[in-house]
Amino acid sequence: MANKIDRVPVREQDPKVRAANFEEVCYGYDAEEAKLEASRCLNCKKPRCVEACPVGIQIPAFIHQVMDEDFRAAYDTISQDSSLPAICGRVCPQETQCEGSCILGVKGQPVSIGKLERFVADYNQQHEEKVQPVQKETSGVKVAIVGSGPAGLACASDLAKLGYSVTIFESLHKPGGVLTYGIPEFRLPKKAVVEKELQKLLDIGIKIETDVFVGRTVTIDDLMDKEGFKAVFVGTGAGLPLFLGIPGENLNGVFSANEYLTRNNLMQAFSKESDTPIFRARKVCVVGGGNVAMDAARTALRLGSEVTIVYRRSEKELPARAEEVHHAKEEGINFQLLTNPVEVLGDENGWVRGIRCIRMELGEPDESGRRSPVPIPGSEFDIEAEALIVALGTKINRLIADTTPGLETDRKGRLLTTETATSRKGVFAGGDVVTGAATVILAMGEGRKAAAAIHNYLTES
Amino acid sequence: MFKIVDKQQLTPLIYSLWVEAPRIAQSAKPGQFLIVRPSDNGERVPLTICDYNPDNGTVRIVVQIAGVSSNKICNLNVGDCLTDVAGPLGKPSDFMEIPEEELKGKRYLFVAGGVGAAPVYPQAKYLHERGAKVDVIIGARNKDLIIMEDEMRKVCSNLYICTDDGSKGEKGVVTLLMERLGNKYDMCVAIGPMIMMKFATLMAKKLELPITVSLNTLMVDGTGMCGACRVSVAGKTMFACVDGPEFNGYDVDFDEALRRQTLYRKEEQQANAAAGLEFKR
Repeated sequence: MANKIDRVPVREQDPKVRAANFEEVCYGYDAEEAKLEASRCLNCKKPRCVEACPVGIQIPAFIHQVMDEDFRAAYDTISQDSSLPAICGRVCPQETQCEGSCILGVKGQPVSIGKLERFVADYNQQHEEKVQPVQKETSGVKVAIVGSGPAGLACASDLAKLGYSVTIFESLHKPGGVLTYGIPEFRLPKKAVVEKELQKLLDIGIKIETDVFVGRTVTIDDLMDKEGFKAVFVGTGAGLPLFLGIPGENLNGVFSANEYLTRNNLMQAFSKESDTPIFRARKVCVVGGGNVAMDAARTALRLGSEVTIVYRRSEKELPARAEEVHHAKEEGINFQLLTNPVEVLGDENGWVRGIRCIRMELGEPDESGRRSPVPIPGSEFDIEAEALIVALGTKINRLIADTTPGLETDRKGRLLTTETATSRKGVFAGGDVVTGAATVILAMGEGRKAAAAIHNYLTES
Repeated sequence: MFKIVDKQQLTPLIYSLWVEAPRIAQSAKPGQFLIVRPSDNGERVPLTICDYNPDNGTVRIVVQIAGVSSNKICNLNVGDCLTDVAGPLGKPSDFMEIPEEELKGKRYLFVAGGVGAAPVYPQAKYLHERGAKVDVIIGARNKDLIIMEDEMRKVCSNLYICTDDGSKGEKGVVTLLMERLGNKYDMCVAIGPMIMMKFATLMAKKLELPITVSLNTLMVDGTGMCGACRVSVAGKTMFACVDGPEFNGYDVDFDEALRRQTLYRKEEQQANAAAGLEFKR
């Protein structure tokens, strides 16, 4: 019988303290809290949470194992469907997926599924017996993975477990893709979480070759014809940042969120030890309403700036995870909603001095079903800022398509696939390079589907 | 890790390094560049490719000490390793697409500013070997910044040298030589400091000579991901790392590009001071 108590709150770093450091905001549940929260699950006959999970984790099953204090079994249950639970527990948009469909959420608060997943992953990480990892005998059949982000990692993990000899190629000097360069330390710790998950992949025999920009350093044809890879998975993401297309976007002080976050996360610019500089402004304006906008804003705040987020729709439409918006507000980020920048204002030397914005109102729903924002004539006003960080999304880098004959794309450069198979024999793809910018968990799901398809292809051929 | 197999000091401030990077040595082409990270906490430094040897898997970079990161690179010795070398990045030079028979007899003028002689070298060599008629101007502030004179001489018909202070070659700037040589070329390629490329482009315009420039903008990843390298080309925002680094000089907004290069000047000066480095400007 489910325990009819309120959702067990999760402990977090005090907003005033954390606004000045890069340590993780959320401390997560301890074992007692996790067991108590797990006891709220109704164990539905037809669990809607499982249907809403992009990788179909057996959620009620693992939650009941938590309740029974069998944390190892809970980990095994999750691992059947997810290869990166410590990461997904932290960055999935649970409120639109598992938790969003939890029946308890109809009248009250849904079960805190994300926090339970994170607890299970962290607990097992900390209590794992140090056993020498056994490298599985591989079949010797080589598969190449292009890109070490969520899609590539998930695909590599499944293929290695099936006995393939897997090599991941990464263009940057550190693997992890967006987990490493994009999502900040305070939301996803690198040493404690990301590097540990990556180490697990190395332990099962996966090779990672960094500093290889496929398409330039080596082509997919080279990998298949000269290096003997029998199949290739392309999980290169949607890497190119979009800019505003308004006057002043190349003034000194305008950055893509990608640049700002890469400097701080991958290059560790916040640390005195790092040689990489980051622009420190008194006042920073961030345009956009997604997770990346929240990450950039909260990073700027931690670097000592006063931060305003400008978003053209209303609070309800903010695409970021609810938790990130909540945390951003707690930390003192200002929100200018229903507002859009129209011009970046510069001083006489070409440095940003402010952002001219216009107020918006919501009009008729557009093709996405969301009410489209319409500018209110004459409502222009200026926000003072020395930096503008643009977080309006990304588009596809066409390099792989341009350097791989026979690889078809749509007009936006997204690779065309049927069940993850591209138009080119032996080449599979998944994640943002197929879907356009999406989430970590969706990319992981696609990576896993591709692994199954590659296995199928290699056993049939 | 990428081992340094040869190191030479070309001038008091400029070093040449041959580095083991087998994949890059196979795929590098004239016009492309590398990203080098000297150490674990080091920056990602964009550097042009000076030469490459696919047979022994090495590439050559030429580095001028201009700050903390380039100083770190130049302090490494034979047997030491660069933590990372990624590339080749960017598009190869446009003339790589021209069939070899068409290159024969084509007249090219290269204008190299200081350490810009390094990326000019593989381009001149490629064209010279294919029968193009190549002239090269190397210009710099003083003789300590003139490099690769002998090597360059072997891959061109005429080599002209000038320095601002007259300490080597003719006294004067590259545009002076450009003007004197006049419009007897099919194409000009200028590689060097942004300010030199700006004035070389103005001179090329005056001479009605088409000109390609190679932009050395700020960069982080060098793969199109960050947009730090964006430049206005023919009124459009382009990324030097993936759309370039070479562009039609006539189309480049040099004043914007010059301004954008100063973005971290303050931080660079602080870092140089902390490391005890001094540079004359």
